[in-house]
Amino acid sequence: MTLLTILIDGIAYGMVLFVLASGLSVTLGLMNFVNLAHGAFAMVGGYVTVLLMQRLGVPFLATLPAAFLVAALAGLVLERTLYRPMYAKSHLDQVMFSIGLVFMAVAAMKYAVGSQQQIISLPSFLLGRFDVFGVSVGRYRLFVIVLCGLLALALFWGFVRTRFGSRLRAAVDDARVARGLGIPVTALFAVTFAVGSGLAGLGGALGVELLGLDPTFPLKFMIYFLIVVTVGGTTTITGPFFAAMLLGVADVGGKYFIPQAGAFIIYGVMVALLILRPEGLFARSRS
Amino acid sequence: MTSFSAPGRRTVLKGAAGLALSTAFAPALRAQSEPIRIGLILPMTGPFTSTGRQISAAVNLYVQQNGATVAGRPVQVILRDDTGVADVTRRIAQELIVNERVTALAGFGLTPLALATAPLATQARMPMVVMAAATSVIVDRSPFVVRTSQVIAQIASPFATWMAQQGTKRVISIVSDYGPGHDVETSFTAAFREAGGTIDNIRVPLQNPDFSPFLQRVADAKPEALLVFVPSGVGAQFMKQFVERGMDKSGIRLIGTGDVVDDDILNGMGDAALGVVTAHHYSAAHPSPANRAFVEAFRKANNNMRPNFMAIGGYDGMHALYEGLKKTNGQGGEALVNAMKGMAWESPRGPMSIDPQTRDVVQNVYIRRVERVDGELYNVEFHTIPNVRDPSKR
Repeated sequence: MTLLTILIDGIAYGMVLFVLASGLSVTLGLMNFVNLAHGAFAMVGGYVTVLLMQRLGVPFLATLPAAFLVAALAGLVLERTLYRPMYAKSHLDQVMFSIGLVFMAVAAMKYAVGSQQQIISLPSFLLGRFDVFGVSVGRYRLFVIVLCGLLALALFWGFVRTRFGSRLRAAVDDARVARGLGIPVTALFAVTFAVGSGLAGLGGALGVELLGLDPTFPLKFMIYFLIVVTVGGTTTITGPFFAAMLLGVADVGGKYFIPQAGAFIIYGVMVALLILRPEGLFARSRS
Repeated sequence: MTSFSAPGRRTVLKGAAGLALSTAFAPALRAQSEPIRIGLILPMTGPFTSTGRQISAAVNLYVQQNGATVAGRPVQVILRDDTGVADVTRRIAQELIVNERVTALAGFGLTPLALATAPLATQARMPMVVMAAATSVIVDRSPFVVRTSQVIAQIASPFATWMAQQGTKRVISIVSDYGPGHDVETSFTAAFREAGGTIDNIRVPLQNPDFSPFLQRVADAKPEALLVFVPSGVGAQFMKQFVERGMDKSGIRLIGTGDVVDDDILNGMGDAALGVVTAHHYSAAHPSPANRAFVEAFRKANNNMRPNFMAIGGYDGMHALYEGLKKTNGQGGEALVNAMKGMAWESPRGPMSIDPQTRDVVQNVYIRRVERVDGELYNVEFHTIPNVRDPSKR
């Protein structure tokens, strides 16, 4: 039964990773833009939740949409003003630009709210555990799994079944031809960037309880986002989803069974997967 | 004296006399005019900001309460930010010694910062009051180091012995994989085994987002107590996950050194921290008139911030310096270190003294439990282990 508990813990962790990183995989795949500042949007979402709860007493669930909206808005504004001129630049320029943005976000957050770890008090119905067929499950973790699972389904559906999704996929495959066919690629990029940032914000808000939150969040978790995206590939939603699940379960399981090697397992899995599937888990050949 | 021939006996004597006169008068002249400068080096920015904030607030409070004059000379505290980086600490210390001509250095938020500065203190014969860093070795690195904070083994060893005396047989420890974590693990483990208990050690990565796998391991092993040491701030997250797994109700007691339930952040931890038993040298709830006055004054001066063990290290460090300077009449160097040796006083933390041999702090270690007092969480002391020295120096 312990095994199932570990599995569920790992899945919850992976779900949060997925929501955090899904936006990055889309921007990377869609715009071919290396946005290392993705974690900064997640941090913004986390702080929206923390500050709304601490300063204004807003209930936790009500802060989640706010975290999404504020991060999405920040993404929209920054995409319009700062990111757009960077699209045509080389990857090195993009990396320098976005890592600079990360440091600015870290410093600004330290200045504004201080560098301490932020702590929130969840509502009582999300605290504690209950037994499902003898398996002990944390309520908050189950909540995260259900919410993120629904979100993932919505993303699949949006990506595969809607007109927006098909245009998006068309633009990812070949932006020039898509533009020639009259697809408003620029607007598509802007909306996608905003939604991706919003998802990161939501992930940050959900992660406060599981991952903690302080101003170094974007730096601490940058590596995790990048692992999810590299292992999952950048052309689908399914890839990063399964990559996040796999990494979450491997990380939690590895730390449980071999605690001495705790920190290395996630990287070991990454190396192994990249050797086996260098293009990503479900990548179509792009030749 | 530019000639290369050996100077005559007379000139040497004259020179010697002149030198003697000038050295005799110079301090007397300086004594009236020049302020006594104390170089306070703290991490005021970066991840250890809380340490710097608490200590500098306490130092300011001490100066404010006891006046900015000692031995007839004004006292000037020069605060510098080392951001918690060792080579910066060392560079600042050098600047303070050479350019500002300080009488003593103080502060030192972390062990590496103190270790980087210790050789300078020896070279410059500069008293160096360590107000925070807590590994045993620091006082050995220079005969000019005096410590007013704590030694990790001083807290963890007697705590382990006490736990064993309470009839606890089986403990699991979870510590973050870094210096202070190792120190807590080693000293607790040694003392606990010596007292006949069994203990398993788990180390978790310093950057660890999720404690659930480690906690699950502990839940399966069902020890009587779980000893935890994680960096300040992460402690809250750890306790939440401990409670979330229902481990608080499964009969596993959560124990640790007081760093994990730091007064500065304890209130934000929420009910998850209730009932955690820790050992430490200072609690803001220490029931003495001296402490009540200290806490009240500290809160008043700092926007209701609660003093923690860092603050008390800074406050007592200033006390040692002030009393020492009074004894030496404002003189620094070896005389000041000697004046601080063996000094004993009633601190807000309780009775404490500076060991005349090791120059290290000797103090009571208190066993405390987190309880709700007047709507706030406090570490309420319920047992005292008196006059504890660093056990590794016995």
